Amino acid sequence: MTEETVPAPSRGPLPFVLGGLGLALLVAGSYIGLFRAPAEQHMGDVQRIMYVHVPTAWNAMLAFTFAFACALAVLWKGSWRWDCRLEAGIEVGVVLAALLCVQGAIWARPTWGVWWDWDPRLTTTAVMLFAFIGILALRRFVDDPARRATWSAVATVIAYADVPLVYFSVRWWNSLHQMQSTPETVSSPFHLPLRMNAFGVLFLMCGMIALRARVSALRLREEVAPPPAAVARAAAPGRP
Amino acid sequence: MTLVTALRKDALLQWRTRARFLAVLAFGAVTLLLFSFAAGPDAASLRRHAPGFLWLALMLSSTLALAETFQAELEQRAIEGLLLLPASPRALFYGKAVANAAQLALLGLALVPLAVVLYDAPVPRPAALAGVIVLGAAGLSAPGTLYAAMSSQARARQALLPLLLFPLVVPVLLSAVKATALLTTGDPMGQLRSWLMLLASFDAVYWSLCGLFFGRVVEE
Repeated sequence: MTEETVPAPSRGPLPFVLGGLGLALLVAGSYIGLFRAPAEQHMGDVQRIMYVHVPTAWNAMLAFTFAFACALAVLWKGSWRWDCRLEAGIEVGVVLAALLCVQGAIWARPTWGVWWDWDPRLTTTAVMLFAFIGILALRRFVDDPARRATWSAVATVIAYADVPLVYFSVRWWNSLHQMQSTPETVSSPFHLPLRMNAFGVLFLMCGMIALRARVSALRLREEVAPPPAAVARAAAPGRP
Repeated sequence: MTLVTALRKDALLQWRTRARFLAVLAFGAVTLLLFSFAAGPDAASLRRHAPGFLWLALMLSSTLALAETFQAELEQRAIEGLLLLPASPRALFYGKAVANAAQLALLGLALVPLAVVLYDAPVPRPAALAGVIVLGAAGLSAPGTLYAAMSSQARARQALLPLLLFPLVVPVLLSAVKATALLTTGDPMGQLRSWLMLLASFDAVYWSLCGLFFGRVVEE
């Protein structure tokens, strides 16, 4: 890392504002999706999971792309701030990808008759989930903060470069998933709740990434340059 | 020039630790044996799954082979001495990755006769199969060497290396198994070429990416 000191974590209500806004949108969008929007012709009420599933899919990919951008910034600029954002992006991405797999399984059971299918998008998501869980484990098991930052950034770039390769290999291998749902492929009564939930999950995700990056920065400061009180405590063990 | 020297060093290291190679080979053989217990004694199903079992055995053994690959460099912090030499870390990486690829290819080739005996798998084109094994071993070795450089200096290294490596090499496993199956059971649709292209592009991407990043991984 080229930066000597860890910058103070930003304060301010921005993550909470974003999170609150996202949650409100998500509640309203889900209400419209569940009670106001018409049921789909063939799938019936099962289709309503689309209102959370599709936004989760978009935002999970967005979170991993954000992590990839952070990883490039860590390698290029060597700044701690981007390392904190990298950790936050990976962690939120892992949560979203895990949710995505669970939602996909819940939808697949009544629709396809199976919990899991070896479809390219589903399988790629699962592979990415495990790849990024591996990077979180790597961060946990490396004690030196500078090393941890560089190594996890390298691992993130390497894992992200794998996405198209995994996708195409699984696609050639087997395929069943329906075309992805976008506002162009679904009819207009479904647009409003889908868009509201997409922005809801987006704002919620941004708020969580910002908050998680703040936690990382606080931890990192403790690790790299502990405040004087902690140093004094460590120097004189036994005293409260 | 430095690449040749680095390769010579790693080849020599592997020759002097050949007992370890034999142990890894024995491990691969045991896994092949265990797979047949899991799949049952039905000869037709064993024959059908033989390519998958072969590549799974190679993949599982590869983590054992790769985990120890930086042992000599970490003892008495020899890696710091190596990095002080006027040689680029890239040459050190490619030397080690080539040596590892060769070792894994040897391992795969040694497991083939065993798969033939245990699963009654036909090998109509042995030279082409050897080519697939070399390509697949190269795909495992480049990211495996880079991740071994990290995991060998981390805590929980036994769990960490496969956790990082296995999700990444899914395309290698898929394309190598498919190519092996097409070679052994025939290729009426002419798909072999596209699977080999996929495997080769994985190799190209990761041999360049990992070489690019190795310096950053060991220098910090």
